[in-house]
Amino acid sequence: MVDQAALENDQPLLVATSLSKSFGRIAACRDVSFSLYPGEVLAIVGESGSGKSTLLQLLSGQLAASGGHVSYRMRDGVARDLASLGEAERRFLYRTDWGFVHQDPAQGLRMAVSAGANVGERLMAVGWNHYGRIRETASDWLTRVEIDTARIDDAPRTYSGGMRQRLQIARNLVTEPRLVFMDEPTGGLDVSVQARLLDLLRSLVAELNLAVIIVTHDLAVARLLSHRVMVMKGGRVIEAGLTDQVLDDPREPYTQLLVSSILPP
Amino acid sequence: MNAPAYNFAYLDEQTKRMIRRAILKAIAIPGYQVPFASREMPMPYGWGTGGVQVTAAILGPADVLKVIDQGSDDTTNAISIRKFFAKTAGVATTTATEDATVIQTRHRIPEATLHADQVLVYQVPIPEPLRFLEPRETETRRMHALAEYGLMHVKLYEDIARFGHIATAYAYPVKVNARYVMDPSPTPKFDNPKMDNCPALQLFGAGREKRIYAIPPYTKVVSLDFEDHPFEPYRFNAPCALCGAENSYLDEIVTDDKGGRMFVCSDTDYCESRQAAGHHGSLSAAPYKEKAQGGTNG
Repeated sequence: MVDQAALENDQPLLVATSLSKSFGRIAACRDVSFSLYPGEVLAIVGESGSGKSTLLQLLSGQLAASGGHVSYRMRDGVARDLASLGEAERRFLYRTDWGFVHQDPAQGLRMAVSAGANVGERLMAVGWNHYGRIRETASDWLTRVEIDTARIDDAPRTYSGGMRQRLQIARNLVTEPRLVFMDEPTGGLDVSVQARLLDLLRSLVAELNLAVIIVTHDLAVARLLSHRVMVMKGGRVIEAGLTDQVLDDPREPYTQLLVSSILPP
Repeated sequence: MNAPAYNFAYLDEQTKRMIRRAILKAIAIPGYQVPFASREMPMPYGWGTGGVQVTAAILGPADVLKVIDQGSDDTTNAISIRKFFAKTAGVATTTATEDATVIQTRHRIPEATLHADQVLVYQVPIPEPLRFLEPRETETRRMHALAEYGLMHVKLYEDIARFGHIATAYAYPVKVNARYVMDPSPTPKFDNPKMDNCPALQLFGAGREKRIYAIPPYTKVVSLDFEDHPFEPYRFNAPCALCGAENSYLDEIVTDDKGGRMFVCSDTDYCESRQAAGHHGSLSAAPYKEKAQGGTNG
């Protein structure tokens, strides 16, 4: 007997092949290749200007690559080149099978409409047409991200920073995506709120078998959340490997510098 | 008398041809907003410059024009537009819905059933139904192109979450021909069902926003809703105080400062023809007598 789920997990979800992007003379991203498997959390670390965010935009199809390509295995099991997708298909992918958690929740949320509608928007976009069920699902998700359901009709502009970030996560996960991109999801939050958010993310990722690509400059976040780490410098991946291996036994001088620059607890 | 200084119906022929091309395109793609080179008209934006340009482009010498504003034939806006075309095109005008071939309207659809020889021209302030949810024009156009209308339901969801029911009472979004979501201009949602499968051609002109869109005759027009919160037309629960009509759209008129009010048909032609046919409402006596003495109306 063949375990279909195990077989699925054996094939990469997203494959990047020698991705490059240059803005004029500046090469923001050079020759990046990797594979991401279902349920795997990959952290991209590096200092500001190292090309992390550009890479994330290339991977999520928001920027066209100057060279190389990204292929994604769709829900029907067929791997397709992102550049070959039509705009309608790409946008559909973006609001069903993918999630994108922005550093600034105001970018990922509709600040003027209620939390319930924020979570329900993706459902309505894929044709849900029953108010009661949309609301029920929304309040279920608010509970899962530890937001009091009494606040379901409040607009996120009345929420605290941490709540906004959790709401943004709920809004992205409601369609049960298989891949979530995160750009500094803990940036701008205080340490205790960060800890709770990371805790929540870790349990959701395990529970939903999510694949995550997370961009961060915070090595602690990478250590807590990710299975694998890629270190970027000057647009190149200079070191990649298992998280504990890279962070505890860094090979490259730059990675050693990065790791040693964390204050000991 | 025709004013010789102007071309027939004010606009020059080249402009009319440009507008007609936009209208033809709009008819070919029901509900799609066609951009057009809107002209300055001798009236301020917001007074119906879009509707006036559409009317000017389709008007012929044999047409009979009716203009209504909030259902009424005798408000400033309706009278001045009617006079404008009487002067610049010399066409016959009327207040009777039945007799008109072109009806320009602001915020109402007449109560009398329209027929196949008529064109209804709407004045539209904001043609984009997604405007207040998505401020970027580039984005709303893309959403129309890809038929991404989840956001429209977000608005209805917000209504129910806040008020317990869909509280949008006018400019209620509709889906035309199962494709484009369209703003029916600020008509009350009471009028939405009249747009569905209507024998008359419906044209929408937005002068400031430079858009024309259309619903061809006998086109399916569906008001958006939720399965568990279906679309319901709204009407004050009262008969018309002048003609006793139970099924027309009513205006609420405050009559004193002690809470007194009366409800009357917003469609004046409908109300007057019903009164002439002998229908009476609870308050119809006084105005009915006055009219008989004065005899100026009609």
